[in-house]
Amino acid sequence: MKFLTEYRDPELAQRYLAEIKKTVTRPWTIMEVCGGQTHSLVKNGILAMLPKEINMVHGPGCPVCVTPLNLIDKAVYLAEEKDVILCSYGDMLRVPGSEKSLLESKANGADIRILYSPLEAVKIAEENPDREVVFFAVGFETTAPANALSVVHANRMGLTNYSILASHVLVPPAIEALMSDEECSVQGFLAAGHVCTIMGMEEYYPLVDKFGVPIVITGFEPVDILQGILMVVQQLEAGEAKLENQYTRMVRPDGNPNAIKTIREVFDVTDRMWRGMDVIPMSGYEVKNDYESFDARKKFSVNIPEAPENKECIAGDIMKGIKKPFECPNFGTKCKPENPLGAPMVSSEGACAAYYHFSDQINRLEEQAIA
Amino acid sequence: MTVSNLKEKKIKMRLQCPMPKLDFDIITLGHGSGGLLTNRLLDSGVFDVLKNELLDRRHDGAVLQLNGPTAFTTDSFVISPVFFPGGNIGELAVNGTVNDLAMCGAIPRYLSLSFIIEEGLEMEAFWDILVAIKFACAEAGVTVVTGDTKVVERGKGDKIFINTTGIGEVHAQAQIDISRVKVGDKVIVSDNIATHGIAIMSVREGLEFETTIESDSRNLNHAVKALLDEFGLQVHLLRDPTRGGLGTVLTEVARDTKLGIDVHQKDIPVDEQVSGACEILGLDPLYVANEGVFMTIVDGAVADAVVEKLRTHEYCQHASIIGEVTEAHPRQVVLTSGIGGKRVVNMLVGEQLPRIC
Repeated sequence: MKFLTEYRDPELAQRYLAEIKKTVTRPWTIMEVCGGQTHSLVKNGILAMLPKEINMVHGPGCPVCVTPLNLIDKAVYLAEEKDVILCSYGDMLRVPGSEKSLLESKANGADIRILYSPLEAVKIAEENPDREVVFFAVGFETTAPANALSVVHANRMGLTNYSILASHVLVPPAIEALMSDEECSVQGFLAAGHVCTIMGMEEYYPLVDKFGVPIVITGFEPVDILQGILMVVQQLEAGEAKLENQYTRMVRPDGNPNAIKTIREVFDVTDRMWRGMDVIPMSGYEVKNDYESFDARKKFSVNIPEAPENKECIAGDIMKGIKKPFECPNFGTKCKPENPLGAPMVSSEGACAAYYHFSDQINRLEEQAIA
Repeated sequence: MTVSNLKEKKIKMRLQCPMPKLDFDIITLGHGSGGLLTNRLLDSGVFDVLKNELLDRRHDGAVLQLNGPTAFTTDSFVISPVFFPGGNIGELAVNGTVNDLAMCGAIPRYLSLSFIIEEGLEMEAFWDILVAIKFACAEAGVTVVTGDTKVVERGKGDKIFINTTGIGEVHAQAQIDISRVKVGDKVIVSDNIATHGIAIMSVREGLEFETTIESDSRNLNHAVKALLDEFGLQVHLLRDPTRGGLGTVLTEVARDTKLGIDVHQKDIPVDEQVSGACEILGLDPLYVANEGVFMTIVDGAVADAVVEKLRTHEYCQHASIIGEVTEAHPRQVVLTSGIGGKRVVNMLVGEQLPRIC
């Protein structure tokens, strides 16, 4: 497949690996920010191929995982109590709220639909003028333009039965929060290529300067990731801290100006609660007052109290790179994808779930259980 | 036969079976009452489509003559949408059960056929489904010998559900048994995987995308018979990776044999369009459903010959050895990724859900 097989080329991958091995002289801890990269690292078996000096830790960049319990409770409430057609990206459905997931709610009869695009939800609103349609707008900067565009679109069409339940989160404030944590041991970052495709590179220069860490904007295919790791290691070994762009085929320095304009048209930056990490200042988007009739929170005045997170979950330590999933006593025993205790076990892109699906630890645990 | 040939054949079959003139356009509750309307539905030509000596007796059940060991299986079909690119629920209901029998090493002979119809189903749709059933039965060489029709109120079904039960005679040279899988055996898939699941996905509400991908719903019994005729006891296991896909079947085999399985991603055949759709949708082809593909585990010594033989069959042109059974890592399936990394293949928790980004 063109534009894909080139970045999965085994020979090229081996060349980057050899180069990494040649370059590295001592241990380094590198974080990939994005859940898509975590997924790719584990799915392609890259972790085991890297030299032992390189310790990859897995960042908070799984939008599904960091969506707070409270917001899922709100979505469930809207679907069940307000009789709305609730539209969502697929992987949000299995995420447990404080009482149930959207999948359970769907099984109980709520009208919940899996979509790939919020514009589909606008279409559903147009076709069902006597029903309220809510799109569960989750994601990083990557999905924000499409979600914003759906609001602009619905507004232009004069639809009064469409709104979004927005829970967008932003990468740079999360990196800032991580690096400000004393326990954080991350020495270099692979930044999320898709986020930067939208937002550009500007936001990352201050982080490089403030914390003195190399940041390399990286893609998602195996060869991308290996090249990104090599670029971080080269900087670390040379004692440098620069912002570099590995994902040049997609990321321009100023990002996608049209997409940014659409985001700014609809959203304001606000403080945001991250599941497993607490409130991070100015780390999310909310719908602007100008568009408040499209903000499901305001439209339905949903007031649901914050539910406490499970205390046994060490999500914060996992997402800050302090601990690995295997180091959690509940991993694979009390906490499994079908019954997650917390954020990183929730979506397939969460660090714990990725380890669970693709690692041999599970079978060992099951064998122990059998024995 | 290529896919387009198959399509032409289906169109031809449809033309050969014009719908009779009926005094009703839709199926109503009365058609399932067992009374006059039911009989009119059956008599009006509808059941002529499936005509055969045993069915024509219209008895409560069929009396069959079978020789030797018999395979017996049942399956219910509740697919949505009922019509999908490359087929409909009718042929799926026949092929699904025929293939389950084939996986037992059997020659499929007889089917039962039960409809649960939601009132309001257009007669024309029902006719199309029946014609597809007729075509699929003829292709597979099976006959429908008994059946049932029930109609449920609107909203209590989803257009039409079909149950088929099948009986087949076990091939004289077949000894398909998971306990016969041994270290050194090779794992073979008969054709491109993930095609059916992606074809269905492309027409689901809210997920529609433009593609020419068509379901691979088709019978596998002739290919399996040819395999057993030539390789007999050297064929150790046959499985058809429908729901849950190839990944799930592989993990089941590893779990049940307590042996390890190594598979190589680069050798797993996936159509380029299907592979592209999986990328866009965030799905792993290993867990996407198949209908016209089987996995077989055969003696390592004959693996190449098996692949060569399979590739001569119209439905198995991309047959490939994808891995082998090993004593390393018992109970685990280990996949070597395209770039040479290794990872374990585990079972999915629930349905594979599309990812956000």
